[in-house]
Amino acid sequence: MKPDRTPLLLGAVLAAVIVAGLALPQWLLFILTIACAQGLVVLGLNLLIRAGLVSFGQALFYCIGAYAAGGLSRGFGISDVFVQMAAGIASAAIVAFLLGFLLARYRGIFFGLLSLALSMIFYGLIVKSETLGSTDGFNVAKATLFGVRPGEAWVRYSVLVAAACVTLAAAFLTHRYLKTPLGGLAPAIKDNEIRVEYMGASVRYAIHVNYVIAAALAGAGGALAASTVGHIDPEMSYWTTSGEFVFIAILSGTGSVVAPFLGAFIFGAIRTMAYDLSPNTWQMSMGIVLLAAIVFLPDGLWSLFVRRRSA
Amino acid sequence: MSQLSLVLVDGVIYSAWLFIAAVGLTLVYGVMKILNVTHGSFYALGAYAGASLTGAWLAKGYPPMLSYAVLLAGALLVSLVVAPVIERGLLRFMYAKDEVVILLVTYALFLVLEDAIKLVWGVNPYFVAEPYALLGSFEVGGLKYPTYNLILVGLALVLAAGLAWVLRATRVGKLLAAVIHDPEMSRALGVNVDRFYLVTFTLGCFLAALGGSFTAPTVSVVPGLGVDVIVLSFAVVVIGGLGSLPGAALGAAIVGLLRSVSVHYLPQVELFVIYSVMALVLAFRPRGLFGLAEPRKI
Repeated sequence: MKPDRTPLLLGAVLAAVIVAGLALPQWLLFILTIACAQGLVVLGLNLLIRAGLVSFGQALFYCIGAYAAGGLSRGFGISDVFVQMAAGIASAAIVAFLLGFLLARYRGIFFGLLSLALSMIFYGLIVKSETLGSTDGFNVAKATLFGVRPGEAWVRYSVLVAAACVTLAAAFLTHRYLKTPLGGLAPAIKDNEIRVEYMGASVRYAIHVNYVIAAALAGAGGALAASTVGHIDPEMSYWTTSGEFVFIAILSGTGSVVAPFLGAFIFGAIRTMAYDLSPNTWQMSMGIVLLAAIVFLPDGLWSLFVRRRSA
Repeated sequence: MSQLSLVLVDGVIYSAWLFIAAVGLTLVYGVMKILNVTHGSFYALGAYAGASLTGAWLAKGYPPMLSYAVLLAGALLVSLVVAPVIERGLLRFMYAKDEVVILLVTYALFLVLEDAIKLVWGVNPYFVAEPYALLGSFEVGGLKYPTYNLILVGLALVLAAGLAWVLRATRVGKLLAAVIHDPEMSRALGVNVDRFYLVTFTLGCFLAALGGSFTAPTVSVVPGLGVDVIVLSFAVVVIGGLGSLPGAALGAAIVGLLRSVSVHYLPQVELFVIYSVMALVLAFRPRGLFGLAEPRKI
């Protein structure tokens, strides 16, 4: 058996971010932190995609996480980024646990459509609730870490380091989860559900667990994004946000737990560049990139790094 | 007159609009099993083409009564130009792929078209209110409604009847049923399946564009117009049953009336109600109210 190099890779990425972050400009720190947030969501989305389920409503949990963090900051003055992420994880996981009983019964396009409908319900709720700022949303205070408020110039860097620690820990745990029998069930579910049932495993239970983990990761990502951007609005639950996550998932591929973060970073970088070069056609550039990824890299960017098995 | 009749009139008008905007989606899904996200782009394309062509028509001083024909021509023009390019140039190479992958391809195309529209028409809003005001108004319960709304209702009825007639009573409709049921067998029997796909896709996109162009006189045509329409028509079509024509009509009626009721009595829950119904239908009848059971596949 090949030695498992993923933990080593994760550690190297973390060290690289901590060291390089000192020298990088503020805007790049911002892109990296957002890539962590989106990467967390896509890490969870990939768990579902491995089982053949594409959720077009993952923005629901992203948005729940963001509003949990925003609520803590606005209602209780808690701006600690770790506490906010924990709140995001908990609230998203609880909602997903309840919705999971329903969603675990669906496959294919119906799973996608039902998750889409659920995220749009949440969108419809917060768009019309004035206490949450309706369509404008509200601002979230700058982050603190363990009760310490970093100086103005250090906020981005310290949030990035905190985010990198949490996301890479999440990636490591997900990686371990995929090695367990339950985690390894997903591709089998995609291939043939009935055989999985004959082997004695419960498909619904496996999907339910994956769904809750995916939601918890998305909740963490949402809380992190809220604290980083400093503003949240209902758009975070709109279908276009879910579309972006699916986009990143397709771009990254399900080959490794590191892939989502690479994909999210490249997504952010392409978007920033496209937006700088021509603000009116950045969506077009993104669309073409997505098409190219579907046609030329059906297994995602990660397939570039995997040596082809000799025939 | 009670408020109830106002709710009813609003509901009928909104349902008619929804049906026109959504029926093309169910057609394309029913025949090709493609959940077409570019549907919203074609809605926006139709709105822009209708608004700019009608604006030019009226600026030249041509008879304003014919502006309705110009709206129609605008929708026809954009869909005949753009839809075949998409189907022949890209989608036909994707048919072997998974349903969800094709959906993503249309999502990518939606992103591309969104900006293509900005490149062609710019980012400033277009207004053409003349066709809306031209026909005067009628009164219900002391409230004036523009007669233009009746055109929408009429158009929805004509479309529903026309599509039902083509699908049920003509040779083309019967061939189409064969293509839906088993494309490979139809091909073996000499049916030109590729042409059916091309025509269906173009027709579906034309219906979206038609919805857009006939809405253009009632709103200001701005970028991002089609984004809301996509999820809304998804909801309509899913409630009725993906791929079912009577389903689309029923879905439009349900969503239209619900929206009208909630706007009149409890405006805070408008969007919430629509998508809750979509989720409820999916929870209890996943294939929609009119959906057909699919034989189990292993």
